[in-house]
Amino acid sequence: MQKNVTIDINGQPHRQAVEPRLLLVHFLREVAGLTGTHIGCETSLCGACTVLLDGRAVKSCTVLAVQADGRSVTTVEGLAQGDKLHALQEGFWEEHGLQCGFCTPGMLMCSHDLLANHPTPTSADIREAINGNVCRCTGYQNIVNAVKNASRKMAKRVSARAGAR
Amino acid sequence: MIPANFDYESPRTLSEALDLLASRQDAKILAGGHSLLPAMKLRLAAPSVVVDLGRIAGLNHIRESGDRIVIGAMTPHADVASSKILHVACPLLAQAASQIGDVQVRNRGTIGGSLAAAHPAADYPAAVLALDAEIMAVSRSGERSLPATKFFTGMFTTELRPDEIITEVRVPRTEGASVAYKKFHHPASGYAVVGVAVRIKKAGTRIDSAAISITGVGHIAYRATAVENALRGKPLGVIAEAAAHAAEGVEVLSDYYASAEYRRHLATVFTRRALEQALEASGK
Amino acid sequence: MARNGKANGKGNAKLAAVWVGKKLKRKEDPRLIQGTSHYTDDLKLPRMLFCAFTRSPMAHAEIRAIRTDAARALPGVVGVFTAHDLTGLGMVPCAIQMPGLNLPPHPVLATERVRYVGEPVAAVVAENLYTARDAAEAIEVDYEPLPVVVNMEKALEKDSPVIHQQFRTNRAFTHALKNGDIQSAFKKADRVVKQRVINQRLAPVAMEPRAVLGEYLPGENRLTVWSATQIPHLLRTQISVMVGLPETAVRVIAPEVGGGFGSKLNVYAEEGLVPWLAMKLGRPIKWAETRRENITSTIHGRDTINDLELALKKDGRILGLRVRILADMGAYHQLLTPLIPQLTALMQAGCYKIPAIDIEIQGVFTNKMSTDAYRGAGRPEATYNIERIMDVAAHELGMDPVELRIKNFPQAKEFPFTTVTGLVYDSAKYQESIKRALRLSGYDSLRRRQKSGWKNGKYYGVGVSTYVEICAIGPSAATPAGGWESGTVRIEPTGKVTVLTGASPHGQGQETTFAQLIADELGIHPEDVNVVHGDTLAVPYGIGTFGSRATAVGGTAAYLATQKLKTKMARLAAHLLGAKPADISFGRGRLSGKGSKKSISFGELVMAAYTARNIPAGFEPGLEATHFFEPSNFTFPFGAHIASVEVDGETGEVKIDKYVAVDDCGNVINPMLVDGQIHGGIAQGMGQAMWEELIYNEEGQIVNGTMMDYALPKAHLLPEFTLDRTVTPTPVNPMGVKGVGEAGTIASTPCVVNAVCDALSVLGVKHIDMPLKPERVWRAMQQAQASAQLEPQPNDTPSSSRAKRGISVSEKAARSKA
Repeated sequence: MQKNVTIDINGQPHRQAVEPRLLLVHFLREVAGLTGTHIGCETSLCGACTVLLDGRAVKSCTVLAVQADGRSVTTVEGLAQGDKLHALQEGFWEEHGLQCGFCTPGMLMCSHDLLANHPTPTSADIREAINGNVCRCTGYQNIVNAVKNASRKMAKRVSARAGAR
Repeated sequence: MIPANFDYESPRTLSEALDLLASRQDAKILAGGHSLLPAMKLRLAAPSVVVDLGRIAGLNHIRESGDRIVIGAMTPHADVASSKILHVACPLLAQAASQIGDVQVRNRGTIGGSLAAAHPAADYPAAVLALDAEIMAVSRSGERSLPATKFFTGMFTTELRPDEIITEVRVPRTEGASVAYKKFHHPASGYAVVGVAVRIKKAGTRIDSAAISITGVGHIAYRATAVENALRGKPLGVIAEAAAHAAEGVEVLSDYYASAEYRRHLATVFTRRALEQALEASGK
Repeated sequence: MARNGKANGKGNAKLAAVWVGKKLKRKEDPRLIQGTSHYTDDLKLPRMLFCAFTRSPMAHAEIRAIRTDAARALPGVVGVFTAHDLTGLGMVPCAIQMPGLNLPPHPVLATERVRYVGEPVAAVVAENLYTARDAAEAIEVDYEPLPVVVNMEKALEKDSPVIHQQFRTNRAFTHALKNGDIQSAFKKADRVVKQRVINQRLAPVAMEPRAVLGEYLPGENRLTVWSATQIPHLLRTQISVMVGLPETAVRVIAPEVGGGFGSKLNVYAEEGLVPWLAMKLGRPIKWAETRRENITSTIHGRDTINDLELALKKDGRILGLRVRILADMGAYHQLLTPLIPQLTALMQAGCYKIPAIDIEIQGVFTNKMSTDAYRGAGRPEATYNIERIMDVAAHELGMDPVELRIKNFPQAKEFPFTTVTGLVYDSAKYQESIKRALRLSGYDSLRRRQKSGWKNGKYYGVGVSTYVEICAIGPSAATPAGGWESGTVRIEPTGKVTVLTGASPHGQGQETTFAQLIADELGIHPEDVNVVHGDTLAVPYGIGTFGSRATAVGGTAAYLATQKLKTKMARLAAHLLGAKPADISFGRGRLSGKGSKKSISFGELVMAAYTARNIPAGFEPGLEATHFFEPSNFTFPFGAHIASVEVDGETGEVKIDKYVAVDDCGNVINPMLVDGQIHGGIAQGMGQAMWEELIYNEEGQIVNGTMMDYALPKAHLLPEFTLDRTVTPTPVNPMGVKGVGEAGTIASTPCVVNAVCDALSVLGVKHIDMPLKPERVWRAMQQAQASAQLEPQPNDTPSSSRAKRGISVSEKAARSKA
C-alpha cells in the first residue's frame, strides 16, 4: 500500500515510503522536518502551505506526496542562500510585512511566483496575485509594500549584474 | 484535512489508465486534484482507488489545428490564461481561465479536471458552452467527441462514462467575433456567483449570431438561448432588453450568499455587461 | 518618556530618545521569514502521540450511545476516551462572577447532552495523525435530537426549548447601567431617533489554528503544556485546577503563536484534556485544530441585537441614550463570555457628552458555540451602536454627521473626563483628530462628488466614525483575574539584558518595542536586549496579551523594573566613580558622573555588580529587578476615520475607494509597528462591515463553516489605507503610551457602514445590517425605491426631500436598464 517517493526539497533529495494519501504539506513537515510550511485551512484556500513545485506556486495541502515524486519543491527554508536573505525576505522584514508570521512563508512563496513572471508588478497586480493567501494581521498593505520593495531590489541587482558583464 | 485511505495508481500511458478504469469500478481520476482532493480531505469523497493522470505524456499542450485550437486535458489553467495562441485565436477561454480561483489553483488545476468535475459555479463550463467546444473522451471502446452543449447533465454530473477520460478540448478560432467573460466573484471561494461568457458576431450594426452561457445560476452552466434568440439579427441597441431573459426557464440556485431572486437579477445585469464589454472590446 | 522616566506630555518628536520612536526592523522577523520558528504544531517530541476529536454534528441532542469498538480496533490507536473516562478531570472554566449569573457546568467532553455543533464528544489518541483522524471518523454516536434554538429572541420566549434545564430559562444574566435622568431627557427631546442594529456573529480565524502539546514526566512530576495561547500563566493556573496537579508542577509554554484576536484568550476543553491524557498514557500528546474545528469550536465574536434610542435637541445636542442589548452567549460560558457585553455598556457613550444613559443587557443561551473576546471585545459593539445612531440622527436632523459629532465632543480642557457610564477618560483631543481626517480625506470634495454623483445615478458615500476605546486593561478592581502585569529586567554578567514579560505577544512585536524602550533607559543597543515571554517557568506570573495592554501595562512593568535597576546601578557607579548616585546618567554604553567627567562602561559596571568585590556596604550583588505594575486607570485611545465608498446602483456591490485613519494611541515606541496594528485592525473591522458573518441555520448547523464560505478580507478586496496620528500621551503610565491593537477594528466597522448608508441616503435608506453583502445592499435600495414611490411624505423634512430625489434617481436607473 505504501509507495516509495523521492522528492527534491530545496536541493536535497528526500526518500520515504508513504501512504498515497499523505499530503505534500505533511511530507514536508513530518517526513522532511521542514515546518516552515504551515497549514491554515483544509479547503485549499488560505495559502499558508504555498510552496514552489517545479518552480510554480502551489498549495501543498492539495497535492499528494506521491504526485510530487521525482519533482522538486522549494519551501521557505530554501529561499535564503546561506546567510544571505532573499530579496523578498528582506522586503518583508524592512516593510513590516508580517506580524504573527504564520501566513508569511506562503506569502513569500506566492510572491516569488509573481516576481518570476512579473518582475515589476503594480500594487493592484500584487493584490490580485496574493488573493489566494489570507493574512489576518497586516491588512495586506505592508505585504504589498514588501513585494514592491523586493521587486525594486531585484531589478537593481539584475541591472548591476548586467552592468558588470 | 486528511483523506481516507485509497489505492493509488499512476499509469504512464493512456491505455494503462483506461485499463485501470475498466477494471476498478469505483476508481476516481486525479488530474490537477483541485476538485477531488479538497472533497477527499473533507471526506465528502472517499474513492477506493485513485488513478493519477499526471504522468501520462501528451495531455498537456495548447496547439493550433486547422480552424480549431486544441487544449490537452491536463493543461493547467495558468497555461490557458497566459497562452499566446489563445489570446489571439480564442481569448474567451483564456479570460475565463484567468479568473479561476487564485494563482496556486491555476498553476495546478486542469481544464479536463474542471470540466469533468462540473461544478455549478465553475468558470470553464460557461466558456466551453459559449464556444461550442468539443470535449474529446476516450475509453477502451474508443474515442468520442462530446459537444459542450451536451456535456453537462447536472450538478457535478456529465455525459462522461466512468471508464472514460477526457483527452482534449477543441475550441474554434473566434477571430472576428466579440467575446467576453464577466464574473461576479464569491468573496470567499472565488467561484462565480454569476459568470457570463459571450461570443457574438456582428454584421454591420446588427448582431448576426450570439452564443451566451451562464454559470453559477443554475444547477449547471447553460446556454442562455432566450437571450441568444432575442439578439439574433437585431440591432446592437437591444442588448439590455435581451439580457433580461438571462435566467429564463432556469431553476435558479439560492444560498446564504445570494438568493434566487438576486442571482436572477445578477444574471441579467452581468449578461448585459458582458455583451457591452465584448462589443466595446471589438469596437477598438 | 525618556531618561528621567517622566512623561513629557509633548509627544514623541520631543523625546530625548535614541531608539524609542524609531522604525526599527523587528527582532522577531528573521526566524519568521525563514520558516525556522516553531509554532505549537511544529513541535515534535520523542514517543509523541496524536489526538483527534469526534464532535457533535447535532446542535441539541441526547447522547444515547457512543460506539468506539471500530475506532479502538484500528492499528495504531492507543486510546479512545469519552466523558465516562474522564474521572478526575475538571470542567472548562469561566472566570466571570456577577450577581444572578447562570453559570452552567461545562464538561470537557459532552456527557449526556450535546448543546452545539462541534461540541467534543470523544477523543482519540493514536500513533500518528492520520490514524487518529480515521479513528475519530470511525466512532459512532447515537443522538436523540432535541428541539434547537439559535435565535435569541425565540430563546427568551416562554415555550422555547431550554438549553440548561436547571435554570428553566435561556437567560444567562441581566445587566443594567443607568445614570442621569433618562425620563426627562426623552421628555425634553426635540427628536428621538431609534434604530435596531445587529452585530453579527464572527469567527476570529487566527491564521494559526489552536494547538496543544502536553508532556508529563512522572519522575519530576512535571507537566509541560505547549499551547497556542495569549495567556500562558492564567492557563497554567486553570490547567493545574483541571488536571489536579499543584501549580508548581505545571509549566505552560506559548511558543510562536500565530495570531489570537481574543480567540486564544481562553481556556479550552482541549487545553485541559490533552495534557490530562498525556499524564494518563505516559506519552506526549499533540492536538492541532483543523480549520473546520476552529470555526465550529473556537470562540466566536459579537452576536448582539441592539435597540438604540437617542434623545436630542433640534440643534443636535444629545440629551440621553437608551440601549437594550441581547447578547448571545452560545451554549456555555467560556472564560470571559458574560463579561464582553458589559464592556459594551461601559463604552456606550463613545466620545460624546451624554447626560443620561439607560442600558439593559440580557445574556442569552442558544445552541451555538460560545461567544467571547474577539478583537475589540465589547467595544466594537459599543462604538458601532453609538456611531450608527449618531449618523442616523444626523440624517434625520439634516445635519452633517461631522458637525453633529463635534457638537457633542467634550473639550480638551475637560479631561480627565468622567463619562455618564462612570469611566474617567484620561486625555484626548477629539476635535484635532476629526480636523485632520477631514483634511486628509478631502472631505468637502468627497461631498461635492457625492452630490454630482447622485444627479448622475451614481452612489458615492462618505462615512465618518469618531471613536474612543478602552485599553491597557486594566485596573485589577475592574478585571476578573488581575489587571496588572509583571516585568523583570536582568542584566547578565556579560552586559546582555534579559527582559521577562508577563505579556504574551503573538505578532504584536514586543520583542522589538520593549528592547527599544529598555535600550534607551540603559543607554545600550536594542540588539543587546532579549525579550522573553510565554514560558511560565522562566517568566514571573503575568496576565497576558489582550485588550491592547501589552505595552501600556506590560511595557510599564518592564520600564519600572528598569528604573529599580538604574537606581541600583547608579549607586554602584557612584561608589566606583566617587560621585553622587543622583548625578549618574546612562547613555552610549556608559554610566557617567556629573558633567561626564568620570565614567564607567556599562559592561564594567555590570561585571562589578556580579564580581561583587568592590561594592557599597549592604549592596545586593547581581542586577535583576521585577516590577508588578498595577495601573491606576485604563487608557482611552481615540481617533477619527473617514471612508469613501461607491455603491453599484445595479448590483449593490460596494467599493471602498478611500480610507483615512487618524489615530491617537499616546506616545509611540515604533511607528512602523503602530501603523501595522492599525492597518490590520482596519482590515478586520472592514471584514465585519463588508463580508464576515458566521451563519447558523434553524437546525443549529453552521452554513458557512469553511474558508470557502466564510469570507475573510483579502488583499484585492481592500483599499489602500492612509494613516495619520496625533499624539496625546496618557498620564496613566510613565511612558504615556495608550495601546493600539484594537483601535482600527473598533473604528472601521461603523465608518464603512456609515459610508454605505450615506451613499444611499438619497434614496431614503436609513440603515443596512452587516455584513454589507451586495444582495443586502441591493434589497435596501429596492425597498427604499419602492417605498419612496408608494408613500409620498410630508415635504418639510430633509429625509423626504432625499427620498424624492431618490425616486428620480431610481427612474433614471430603470431607464438606463431598459
